[in-house]
Amino acid sequence: MAVIKKKKDKGLPAVNTSALPDIVFMLLFFFMVATVMREVDLKVSVNKPQATEIQKLERKSLVTYIYAGSPRVKYQDKFGRSPRIQLNDAFATIDDVQAFVIQEREAKSEEDRPMMTMSIKADKSVNMGLITDIKLQLRKAQALKINYSSLQPKNLEALYSSEN
Amino acid sequence: MARNKRAIPEINAGSMADIAFLLLIFYLVTTTMDTDKGINRKLPPWDEELVEDPPPIKERNIFTVLVNSNDQLLVEDEYLEISQLREKAMEFIDNNGDGSCTYCKGFKVSSSSDNPDKAVISLQNDRGTSYGMYVKVQNELVAAYEDLREKYAEEEYGKSYRGMDEEEDKDLLSEIKKAYPQKISEAEPLNIGG
Repeated sequence: MAVIKKKKDKGLPAVNTSALPDIVFMLLFFFMVATVMREVDLKVSVNKPQATEIQKLERKSLVTYIYAGSPRVKYQDKFGRSPRIQLNDAFATIDDVQAFVIQEREAKSEEDRPMMTMSIKADKSVNMGLITDIKLQLRKAQALKINYSSLQPKNLEALYSSEN
Repeated sequence: MARNKRAIPEINAGSMADIAFLLLIFYLVTTTMDTDKGINRKLPPWDEELVEDPPPIKERNIFTVLVNSNDQLLVEDEYLEISQLREKAMEFIDNNGDGSCTYCKGFKVSSSSDNPDKAVISLQNDRGTSYGMYVKVQNELVAAYEDLREKYAEEEYGKSYRGMDEEEDKDLLSEIKKAYPQKISEAEPLNIGG
């Protein structure tokens, strides 16, 4: 009893929160470092196809993206609705692809060049004609490792249904 | 005068945590931990001059998959749904017509492939085929090979093929891949309905 009385007299000490900003800053720095700001401003709408046999693209620095899809609403009065290619931040034509790939390869270090992967991010409604043209240009540019960017389907029925 | 006498008040750092929280929440919201995923494929190298006669392949060793501009499938001269493609392809690869494949479970049909090593899947699409359909077909064909490899790995090594580590089980993986080599050939697309 005596012990309990003694404690009551002292009262609860306030929890020391002076380390709280440090902890929060630590988290903040983690997220600042881990965040990858979207490098390109997408001008075409890309609704990726679904697939199950997908692999992760390991090193981001080795990946070059080619986007294909119909232009977004705000660009439609200028560029129309038919599917187009986007390289970096601008619309491009099929003839630009080869030069773009070569330029991207030049920018990479010597040992990374053979590992360069082209990621084709195309809308699932795009006709294969356009994709075939891109593939032909990639072959001409000797960029043979490609990746068809896809999403993991939520369920298998969605994969086989005709709308997708 | 009176001011000088006062001690400099301590800066109130109590709101620093609030500011840090604000920034933290901003980064939490804007961070997209999107990992890019997709089907890896390799393109054949480009050759200026046309390849002189390609090596002859027996008709029975070719599994033709045609996709038209209406996204319909014609597999081995038969109309097929996409959901049946994987099974058909697996039957074809695993057929083991000449009996040289000891691990195959195929039906040894005389009109289907000799062994997994000789079996080639030939894919041809139209320029009007949708990209979504193309990816789906690619996916099913790759999945057919992956499923066969999975079965093989389970039986031979008692391990899951998909669960294997690329570095650790390097030799095992190449062994399995050799048992069922992935041979998907893509022909130049047609332009009928494009």
